[in-house]
Amino acid sequence: MKAWDAIVIGGGHNGLVNACYLQRAGLDVLVVEKNDWVGGAATSRELTPGFLYSNCSYVCSLFRPEIMRDLELPRFGLQVISYEGGAVFTRDGDYLANYRDHDAHRREFARFSKRDAEAYDRYSRDVTRQCRFIQPLLMRTAPDPTSFKPRDLGELLYLGRKFAGLTAEEMALTLRFWTMSISDFLDEYFETDVIKANFALSGIIGTALGPMSPGTAYVLLHHYMGEVDGSVGAWGYARGGMGAVTKALAASFKASGGTIRTGAEVDHVLIRNGKAKGVVLAGGEEVYGKLVISNADVKRTFLKLVEEKELPDIFLRRVRNFKIRGSSGKVNIALDSLPEFPALPKDSPVYRADMHFTDSIERMERAYDDWKAGRWSADPFLDMMIPTTLDPTMAPPGKHFMSCFVQYAPPRIEGRDWTGADRDGFAESVIAQIDEYSPGFRDRIVHMEVRTPREIEAEVGLTEGNIFQGELTFDQLLFNRPVPGYAQYRSPLSGLYMCGSSTHPGGGVMGAPGRNAAAEILRDLAKPTLHMSPAHDVI
Amino acid sequence: MNHHPTVQPSTDRAIAQSHFRTLRLGTPFQPRIDALALKNDWYNWAGYRAPHSLWDEELEYFSIRSQAALFDISPMTKYRIEGPDAEAYLDRVTLRDVTRLKPGRVHYTAWCDDEGFVLDDGTLFRLSPTRFRLCSQERHLPWLLDSAFRFEVSVEEETEAVAGLALQGPTSFAILRDAGFVGVERLKVFDLAEFAHDGATLTISRTGFTGDLGYELFVPAGKALSLWDRLMAAGELRGIRAIGYTALNRARLEAGLIVANADFTTAVHAVRANRLRMPDEIGLGLMVDPEKGHFNGRRAILEARASKKLRHVLVGLEIEGNIPAEHAIVYYRKSQEVGLVSSAMWSPMAKRNIAIASLQRPYGDTIVDDLWVEIYAMRELQYQKLMKRAKVVPRPFIKLDRRTANPPADF
Repeated sequence: MKAWDAIVIGGGHNGLVNACYLQRAGLDVLVVEKNDWVGGAATSRELTPGFLYSNCSYVCSLFRPEIMRDLELPRFGLQVISYEGGAVFTRDGDYLANYRDHDAHRREFARFSKRDAEAYDRYSRDVTRQCRFIQPLLMRTAPDPTSFKPRDLGELLYLGRKFAGLTAEEMALTLRFWTMSISDFLDEYFETDVIKANFALSGIIGTALGPMSPGTAYVLLHHYMGEVDGSVGAWGYARGGMGAVTKALAASFKASGGTIRTGAEVDHVLIRNGKAKGVVLAGGEEVYGKLVISNADVKRTFLKLVEEKELPDIFLRRVRNFKIRGSSGKVNIALDSLPEFPALPKDSPVYRADMHFTDSIERMERAYDDWKAGRWSADPFLDMMIPTTLDPTMAPPGKHFMSCFVQYAPPRIEGRDWTGADRDGFAESVIAQIDEYSPGFRDRIVHMEVRTPREIEAEVGLTEGNIFQGELTFDQLLFNRPVPGYAQYRSPLSGLYMCGSSTHPGGGVMGAPGRNAAAEILRDLAKPTLHMSPAHDVI
Repeated sequence: MNHHPTVQPSTDRAIAQSHFRTLRLGTPFQPRIDALALKNDWYNWAGYRAPHSLWDEELEYFSIRSQAALFDISPMTKYRIEGPDAEAYLDRVTLRDVTRLKPGRVHYTAWCDDEGFVLDDGTLFRLSPTRFRLCSQERHLPWLLDSAFRFEVSVEEETEAVAGLALQGPTSFAILRDAGFVGVERLKVFDLAEFAHDGATLTISRTGFTGDLGYELFVPAGKALSLWDRLMAAGELRGIRAIGYTALNRARLEAGLIVANADFTTAVHAVRANRLRMPDEIGLGLMVDPEKGHFNGRRAILEARASKKLRHVLVGLEIEGNIPAEHAIVYYRKSQEVGLVSSAMWSPMAKRNIAIASLQRPYGDTIVDDLWVEIYAMRELQYQKLMKRAKVVPRPFIKLDRRTANPPADF
């Protein structure tokens, strides 16, 4: 019986990144994926002829350029294209845009408040300072603070030195940033509601918290520390949809000799004498491997794929209590023509940007109230965009793909499972909102894919449909991600590793968990990591 | 959940939407400048389309020093500060003693955040006992408004509403006189007065950024073109020329003046904490008036002075040879890196190779000997590396009697 050097469970972007690095280090690696396609939450699928959807994740900024380079992703077709800022439509028939040009951005804000327009520079400076503090940590394994190994001490010292290198004012801001609500944080800079709503969006995306919940300021930071080719904080479209990321990864993996088995769902991890020996597929087939690496989230990995008796009690309890709450859904729409928004001038660049309709923090918080009550938001917050305004590969000319990220959507409806009727009601809340700002919008719809947490969990395997494989609150970050004592991609079981977004530094299609996990595995195997670029300098 | 867009946005706000079509605004003088911009050599000055040079940057420079040069300063940020507490408020916000700034006078000043780091430098015009205009490079509305807490004062941004021109050079006085601004001869350096122009009020101050005889003129935006035409007509026989920033920048360096975010980084833009500067670190220590009572940053500045925590010093350098040392590294004993040149040029007026540099104390402060700059001069795709001796010298690099002469001369 063949025993692979490593078996990666799940062909999401982190699983593939991990597999690529291991294969390139000379290991013989197998990726097993339950779906008939790879990609996890970074997929592009043609569900209606002529239209490609970015079915889950839909924009790209956090994916580490070091990984793109190491794995030669451009050679395998990956292109990321920056887009214009975005806009919030206001209920009085106007909108507030974010333009990439610094002075246009200021003039746009000045339409609403001259004061806030001039406050943006200080806001931007402070957020940039915090990003620069955290960015270098993304591509490093978090230290174990209880360990006395020289390496952990070294990493702790690195963290400590970085922190000590801050001024008193910066240190205070850092701690506040990690613990404050995004609403409180924005109050320190801005006074206009729509301007605060505009920035608050990044603080709640994918998170089962409202803008007034402590901890949401960090979530904003998480979305600011990416880049598109050195333009820090910029977001872009992957040409061909987010599936282009995993398509390129899969091609890179295969080109270096890796093997992918799709349609191969793992039933459980094969464990003998406390050591992972392979996986058992849903049909009962046993596949042997010296190492098993799980791209699934920490709950799915240890509560579904590993038998309880194999795991320590405290570990199990912490995994059960890991917060991975479903909070969002997705509606993907094929459009017969470009929708019109009477509030927007016809030549506005906002058509090529992200659009929102929630113009106050209060409305966002009320939308969150619905989630707490176990209902989808009656007045949801949408992050809506039309990638085909820049990407000609996703729809025929003149036709468009619209991506709507929708928040909030609870994992269960008032304590029971989602039904088909619930899903239709959820979709209607989205379409109704868009239609208010774009008369006749409904008539342009050719096809629609509606994904509540139920569909996301069933298809992608993300527990509760949580897009980050676990909340990005400070209690679940760094050496506490996913659980204390197991933040270095290893598990209580010998030979079983984690590489998904449940691990440091978290989700957002970053690829860093997969890469960092590969570095740890190669360290355990005493294999060189010369094929892994060190993190880019932050100077 | 009915939030149908039924309410209309205010007309002003709706009209302003269209700004996205013009990423670089024109100033109120743009039609005249466009007609003279033979080179189409533009740069972005705070969102405005401003000329680097109109026809020849060297000849433009010489027109400052020999005749009179007209330079559009409209993009400069301007705040109108008015109210019974305006004096007390500005005294609290800025470094210098505003109670000693009489109506009809202007002073060069700077302001700091609570940590004593410089937010910007600029000019403060006292237009009346209760009305001021603050001009600066960067924007400060939130800071100015937050600082106004408990003062009876209004702060309004008026950058777009007010057009500004600098008229600088030996014949600048004669041009204003010939243009009919009666009484302009009475203006001494840093004086200002109001004049009538085209049915509006024009403010003329004897100020400028060139170290030469010169004036600055502020007028409501709607009267900008008639002012330009009036000056051009009056200056025709006195060699008046419009100029771009490159020429002005040379004149300002000879005058030893610093530029925010060129010679130092303003606090709001300093992402890296070690780029922050206190007034004493950028040559503005003399502005700090510890006797005048509380002002923003006072405690931090005095503490830093007492505990000798001032890390940098800004100096004028005279460098041997004639190759400009822009952005060269400054060394002590040719080996130890001690600072950076921020601006440099060969000065036609001083016939010296001059520079402004920021050094790490004690270099430039108590140790001023044995300083060197390493110049990387790119010549036909090769760096010619030169190690040249630098001497710390006082600023300004040039002093022109005509700048301060009273009454001002015809040329």
